[in-house]
Amino acid sequence: MLQETAFTNIKAENKPMSGSELLLQALEKENVEVIFGYPGGAVLPIYDKIYDSKILHVLPRHEQGGIHAAEGYARISGKPGVVIVTSGPGATNIVTGLTDAMIDSLPLVVFTGQVATGVIGTDAFQEADVLGITTPITKYNYQVRNVEDIPHVIKEAFYIATSGRPGPVLIDIPKDIAIGTAEVPEEKEIQLPGYQPTLKPNYLQIRKLTEAVSRAKKPVILAGAGVLHANAAADLKAYVEQQKIPVVHTLLGLGGFPAEHEMFLGMGGMHGCYAANMALYEADLLINIGARFDDRLTGNLSCFAPNATVAHVDIDPAEIGKNVPTEIPVVADAKEALVQLIAQEGKPPSNEEWLQTLTSWKEEYPYFYENDHALKPQKVLEMLYEKTNGEAIVVTDVGQHQMWAAQFYKFSKANRWVTSGGLGTMGFGLPASIGASLADKDACVLAVLGDGGFQMTTQELAVIREFNLPVKIVIMNNGSLGMVRQWQELFYEERYSHSKNPIQPSFVKLADAYDIKGYVIETEEEAEKIFTEVLSNKDPVLLDIRIDPKENVYPMIAPGKGLNEMVGVKKQ
Amino acid sequence: MKRIITLTVNNRPGVLNRITNLFSKRNYNIESITVGHSEVEGVSRITCVVNVENDSVIEQITKQLNKQIDVLKVSDLSDQAIVSRELALIKVLSTPNTRSELNALIEPFRASVVDIGKDTLVIQITGESDKIEAFIELIKPYGIKELARTGTTAFLRGTQRGNNPVKNISIV
Repeated sequence: MLQETAFTNIKAENKPMSGSELLLQALEKENVEVIFGYPGGAVLPIYDKIYDSKILHVLPRHEQGGIHAAEGYARISGKPGVVIVTSGPGATNIVTGLTDAMIDSLPLVVFTGQVATGVIGTDAFQEADVLGITTPITKYNYQVRNVEDIPHVIKEAFYIATSGRPGPVLIDIPKDIAIGTAEVPEEKEIQLPGYQPTLKPNYLQIRKLTEAVSRAKKPVILAGAGVLHANAAADLKAYVEQQKIPVVHTLLGLGGFPAEHEMFLGMGGMHGCYAANMALYEADLLINIGARFDDRLTGNLSCFAPNATVAHVDIDPAEIGKNVPTEIPVVADAKEALVQLIAQEGKPPSNEEWLQTLTSWKEEYPYFYENDHALKPQKVLEMLYEKTNGEAIVVTDVGQHQMWAAQFYKFSKANRWVTSGGLGTMGFGLPASIGASLADKDACVLAVLGDGGFQMTTQELAVIREFNLPVKIVIMNNGSLGMVRQWQELFYEERYSHSKNPIQPSFVKLADAYDIKGYVIETEEEAEKIFTEVLSNKDPVLLDIRIDPKENVYPMIAPGKGLNEMVGVKKQ
Repeated sequence: MKRIITLTVNNRPGVLNRITNLFSKRNYNIESITVGHSEVEGVSRITCVVNVENDSVIEQITKQLNKQIDVLKVSDLSDQAIVSRELALIKVLSTPNTRSELNALIEPFRASVVDIGKDTLVIQITGESDKIEAFIELIKPYGIKELARTGTTAFLRGTQRGNNPVKNISIV
């Protein structure tokens, strides 16, 4: 309280403020609700101010956990996740998270402490060249050299992180800059002549696309996470219903279009469904909205959409034509583009035959599994889907369970799905579920993890307990690194090199050590009973689900193969 | 094929690092890169010569460069009427016997001798890269002790023949 009064007085009289005070003030100005941070020597002055701040501070048990939590927060809230870590090891521990956020376009503003300006470059204690390390894995980074620059740099950083194609921005703050004082500078307008994201589409390209749609016989929309970043789910639905064009989602785009909609074909790509992949393969017009033609989606590029005219709507011009030659480039925000496309009221394509074919594919080749002796992960996800009415936030780690979750949890709403797509970061899931939960405190969060990835960031159980988050940790325990094991089975003559966990801790006891309730589930009956029980309350829980260790993810496009070369598309 | 790209960039710490980082990250091959102040205060001009297989690669390079927040403008000058120059310093062995021979080579290339040692000469030559390479080939037999090249820097000519618009970026 004392501090707050002091704060206002200082502001009124424009007395000098310390770098740390300016920093906290700038964060409040940006309406930051939560900081994921880990203190250390170089950020002690900042932490001294955080002590008095009203902003919620979440202490992960490892910096990597902190940044993944910030990613989960950003994905669900649409606001930038804020991270503060110390210099040296604090900074290097967030490198994975930065890279992950960069490739999946998540807005983050990350503060790293740095040794004092006078000793930068002397290999001082806990010094690391953070700018050098993070230049290729951030959208932009700064090192603040003058105390009075702090407010403007932070303002600019939030703008850069959230505008255009979102991404992580890092601000390196030397300790003496955090301590030093300056008079509160006058607020400046942001001026970035080299950074002018194009939001509005070129009218001629919109016309061209509308004409291409009305001529098309086999059109398909590929919708990526750009739809979610642009808040364009409703516009996508409106456009699809106006034009009757079927939709395929990328892994990261799931939820942008309702899964139960008749125009939804499913997820495309390596473990996508038959109808979705064949639609991409057979299409004569492919409209990519906010996806980046990742190799896990396209498969072998030479057999990707061979007969299609490709249109690509992307806010990042560098994505257009990067992997797939594009006839109709539309540089724009997905929402702006969709709004204009709808306004065109173009003639819908004559594609009844195409829609019939796709419907028959959907019916004939759905995702499937053999429900035999053992407990199947797909069954577990179907049950979770039903019990949560498809409304839970689903956060996953990386591997088989991630693919099963993408296949069997049908998202009816946008921004309910958090997964590490581009980087494929194991250890992402548990901490990301913390951020996701803090972004939507009322939502039930399912953290669907593998036993491998869970053990990479287990320590974050402490945070889930501390804030009593309604996170239901669902460990798909197959005693192995399932996706690695699957590839070894299929492509390395069943030589299971280090993919089976030699010993496994008792996850229930582990949960117990953190004062979180845990259950082992081995049968469908147990699952039925325990799911009903744990989903009826808001307590955290850990479910160690012993799934069939031999279960593989299908359908599958083997590496190097094309979309039309799926295997395991139908029950034998 | 060789392409010449010029960039204007904010003169901020780490900008050159960003550019070269991008080249290595995206697996592009830089043949040479020159950096210096431009006519505007706080803005530097970078000239890169890159070796690419086809036009789509150069399109990607320009787009990726343009994406950099500190990059103000990217132009591909390759199909334009341009002035491009490079400077090379060549320390070559010379005895009293070969000195006049060397002088005879230097003159038609409009190179000049900028230092004379006991048994070496330092020759300065400016011009387009091809000319410099031709000169180096001629000098080689005399024994090159040291060679330093600045890399190409380039400009659009004031008057453009024909009608080849400068490729900034192809989209939008």
